[in-house]
Amino acid sequence: MSLILISIFALVALAILFGAILGFAAVRFKVEGNPIVDQLDALLPQTQCGQCSYPGCRPYAQAISEGNEKINKCPPGGESTIAAIADLLGVDPEPLDAEHGEEKDVTLVAVIREDECIGCTKCIQACPVDAILGAAKQMHTVISDECTGCDLCVEPCPVDCIDMIPVGTTMQSWHWPKPAAAQMIATDKVQTI
Amino acid sequence: MNMHHFKLYDFDGGIHPEQNKSQSTQLPITTAKIPQRLILPIAQHIGAPGNPAVKPGDKVLKGQIIAKGEDFVSCNLHAPTSGIVGVIEDREVPHQSGMSATCIEIITDGKDTWIDHQGLDNYLESDAASLIDCIAQAGISGMGGAGFPTHVKASIPASKINTLIINAAECEPYITSDDLLMREYAMDIIKGIEILQRILLPEQCYIGIEDNKPQAIEALQIALKENLDDTHNIHVVVIPTKYPSGGEKQLIQILTGKEVPVAGIPADIGIVCQNVGTVHAIYQAVALGIPLISRITTITGDAVSSPQNYQVLLGTPVTDVLSQANAQPNKVKRLIMGGPMMGFTIASADTPITKTSNCIIAASDQELPDPAMEQACIRCGMCTQACPAQLLPQQLYWFAKSSNLEQAQAHNISDCIECGACSYVCPSNIPLVQYYRFAKGEIKQAKSDKKSSEQAKLRFDIRNARLDRETAEKDAKRKARAEAAAKKQAAKKAAPPATPASGDATAEPSVDTEVLKQKVLAAQTRVDKARERLAMAQEQNLETADALELGLNKQIDKLTAAQKSLEEAKS
Amino acid sequence: MNLLNISSPHATRSGNTGNVMLTVLLALIPGIITLSYFFGPGHLIQICIASATAIGCEALVLHLRKKPIGFYLKDYSALLTAVLLAISLPPYAPYWVTMVATLFAIVIAKHLYGGLGQNPFNPAMVGFALVLVSFPVEMTTSWSAPSALLENGIGVAQALEIIFSSRETIDAITMATPLDLYKNQVEIATASEIYQNPLFNGPNQEASIALGWQWVNVAFLLGGAFLLWKKIFTWHVPVSLLLSLSLLSIFIGWDSDSYVPISLHLFAGATMLGAFFIATDPVTASTTPLGKLIYGAGIGVLIYIIRTWGSYPDAVAFAVLLMNFAAPLIDQYSQPRTYGHKKAVRGLAKKD
Repeated sequence: MSLILISIFALVALAILFGAILGFAAVRFKVEGNPIVDQLDALLPQTQCGQCSYPGCRPYAQAISEGNEKINKCPPGGESTIAAIADLLGVDPEPLDAEHGEEKDVTLVAVIREDECIGCTKCIQACPVDAILGAAKQMHTVISDECTGCDLCVEPCPVDCIDMIPVGTTMQSWHWPKPAAAQMIATDKVQTI
Repeated sequence: MNMHHFKLYDFDGGIHPEQNKSQSTQLPITTAKIPQRLILPIAQHIGAPGNPAVKPGDKVLKGQIIAKGEDFVSCNLHAPTSGIVGVIEDREVPHQSGMSATCIEIITDGKDTWIDHQGLDNYLESDAASLIDCIAQAGISGMGGAGFPTHVKASIPASKINTLIINAAECEPYITSDDLLMREYAMDIIKGIEILQRILLPEQCYIGIEDNKPQAIEALQIALKENLDDTHNIHVVVIPTKYPSGGEKQLIQILTGKEVPVAGIPADIGIVCQNVGTVHAIYQAVALGIPLISRITTITGDAVSSPQNYQVLLGTPVTDVLSQANAQPNKVKRLIMGGPMMGFTIASADTPITKTSNCIIAASDQELPDPAMEQACIRCGMCTQACPAQLLPQQLYWFAKSSNLEQAQAHNISDCIECGACSYVCPSNIPLVQYYRFAKGEIKQAKSDKKSSEQAKLRFDIRNARLDRETAEKDAKRKARAEAAAKKQAAKKAAPPATPASGDATAEPSVDTEVLKQKVLAAQTRVDKARERLAMAQEQNLETADALELGLNKQIDKLTAAQKSLEEAKS
Repeated sequence: MNLLNISSPHATRSGNTGNVMLTVLLALIPGIITLSYFFGPGHLIQICIASATAIGCEALVLHLRKKPIGFYLKDYSALLTAVLLAISLPPYAPYWVTMVATLFAIVIAKHLYGGLGQNPFNPAMVGFALVLVSFPVEMTTSWSAPSALLENGIGVAQALEIIFSSRETIDAITMATPLDLYKNQVEIATASEIYQNPLFNGPNQEASIALGWQWVNVAFLLGGAFLLWKKIFTWHVPVSLLLSLSLLSIFIGWDSDSYVPISLHLFAGATMLGAFFIATDPVTASTTPLGKLIYGAGIGVLIYIIRTWGSYPDAVAFAVLLMNFAAPLIDQYSQPRTYGHKKAVRGLAKKD
């Protein structure tokens, strides 16, 4: 009987001791990290395009962090963003949800055909990053450096004078592509060495 | 005073590729013919491109400025000969992307008529500022390959500098332009160094030169002896031949044992490094008033029958010099501008010679065969042995291959100087440098993407804040109005009920004539504005005129309604 | 002119992976000749068996992986694995032991990890370790005595018979290896008593270290020196391996009446083969200069520990495999200081 009591006592004592150590460690060595929302927000491309059906990137990040949203609803971020979010949250990456749009290979920028613009300011109101300049009855123009290519200005334009133009490679942005010959398969022509 | 008693240091790694220099050193420097057309890119240097100062059809004289470098880091460009400006348009320029950029075309007249020019009198007594200005006017940029504007480098405060290093190593195979320049113009180079010394006031000056150029070494030493008395502090330092000893960082390490700190410049450790060709250009500009309009270029390679060095006018299409050196076009498999280790291929022989084009290699298939098929990396570590920057090329390769940019950065990929020693020794024939260039480009891209996404986020937040503020303000106004209305209501309730003015019992009694007056006024201004807009639209024949007219009519209706109710209230 | 547009450097040293492997094979030849001279044709037969198996397996797996067979066979890596394995195995082990070891080395240890360059463990040593733990009897009773101790030596016909069909006559030619013998006897005998065994000083008691074995080790040492001169690998791994093994033999095993002496450690086992041909396998070794020193020293220490206190006669295979585990970690913590940096990076980049 006393043996049982001793063991119970010992176990309880140990439990209290280790609990105290763990509790102390949790307080003492607490890692001050960004709240998860900030980290998620930092991974999203900040195009503020709303393709995820949220009004901007942060609300989507908020929704993911609350656990009631899938991570595959961001077409501008594409597979790489999904992978990064999956990595952060420790979940499996999922393929991009096609319902919300497709990943584009090239970055686009909005360009207003200025002689057709009637100055209705509708695109200015639609632009989530204030990248369109202009006033009522004045011609509008896109500050291309600030444009995130989100597309949101195209639809409201009553005269369809906004084009999404791919951003071309400049001599400054050009760089060598990854060498292609890395993986050779049997059908490749084998050169004599 | 001499080259003995000199302690040399070594840098890690390095390779000893086939020299291939003797082919082009058999003949002296020859002046290349003036071609019919010169193609001059406005950006031949690092920094902002020059702004064209001529327009098509203008007559230009030799030495006349045709593009002005107006930014701090930029360079002037001069007409290399006299003629007429042809077009100013995008042409293929010497760049590894093979892309086009703005070029000024000059149709030469063959007369080679100089503009008025003269050097500084007594230039060794001039002050630093006027010497630097003279260099800046002459549009000189680093001629060893990087093309950094020389006057910017020379503007580093002299108090910071204790050592001037003249890079005469010319470690890349094939290239002999500096070698021949030193053999033939040693005296001018020494005078050029004196000018730089006058500007930077260094305690000592080293000319670092590889031991595979005995004739150039001798020429420099004779020039030193003849030109200067025994009090000079210029040392010709002969260093062992090893690639890449001519890399700026490596040459500094060899001569001083010091390392340029990461992300820093040589001036951080009291050193300024200038290429020997640049020094020659400085002499010509300061002493003779000749701007940088030509350079020595080595034309070599198996497809060239008579390889040698040419003094070429900037803008000369490569094909023109190649034909003078008797190139066999059908034998050329690869056309390289620069050396075989760090030079780049050019896709067309119409590409012009620029300020940095030290060598053209017209290589045959036997000489530089197609790269062998990439094999698996066996981690042999030969690349690590060869790397002059003490990197782990093999780790960088795995990270670049898997696009693991984070780890590539952590392994200091940005310190890679792309010298190509690792690719050279790789037994698996892996194009390592291309992997690094790819990764570096992606990192640069990712950084700029990150920056613009942060910017977008900021703008989005600011916009939201503004919208919130506007809504809040509107809410506040509405609230204030509602409160005011409620007060009035309360006051009215407290007052004895007035007799109804008309049959309508609910709305009319509460209407104050003052309010109505204001409404009428506001409606009036709206109508006026709408009229104005309509007039403008009609003037410009805009499609919106109809819509505006409709809007105007509505405003007029509202105005009359307001006037009516005002009169009703008054009565 | 149809011009080629590629990234620099344009000049490259001629040669390919196959050349590297062939050079290593070339450097093995003196060792193989010495082995055959002292221990009969067993190793040559094993090399043939292993090579045929290796090339067959390699071709088969390449075919299954849909890779061009000719291109990959020309890197000669399978052949090198086979030869290294064959000369590590006892010369008169049954043919199926060699075949199992080779098959395992090529298919499991190499290709299942992704093929050449991707395998974390030395394939030859994985194959060796597998058969050593799986078939201990065949592995420990198949070392022949040096031919000098046998009346008629070992003929090719006899060797083929022992390897391929009947093991009846094997007892006549086999004997323990000197390392094994010394280790077993040192508990009950003094050094001078043990040295009476002709395995050490030969039938006529001329002064030497271990009959036959010493010359085999010298031959591998020479081959290794040749590879060092050809810059196939650097001095770091072999030197630190031999140094750590020697230091331990001197400081712990100075008393040859209680421990195996340094001379036997260096020249009686697979030490030189291990130091110059196994531990230097670049794919599985550490790759940084400092890392190579740590890696080599680790192998040396493990060889000494396993030989002295372990139950296996030789220890190169296990020592190398254990250090293979550690190589990636060593690499991360032994990076050199990059030009212009104040200190070296340690470990992988931290995630933020």
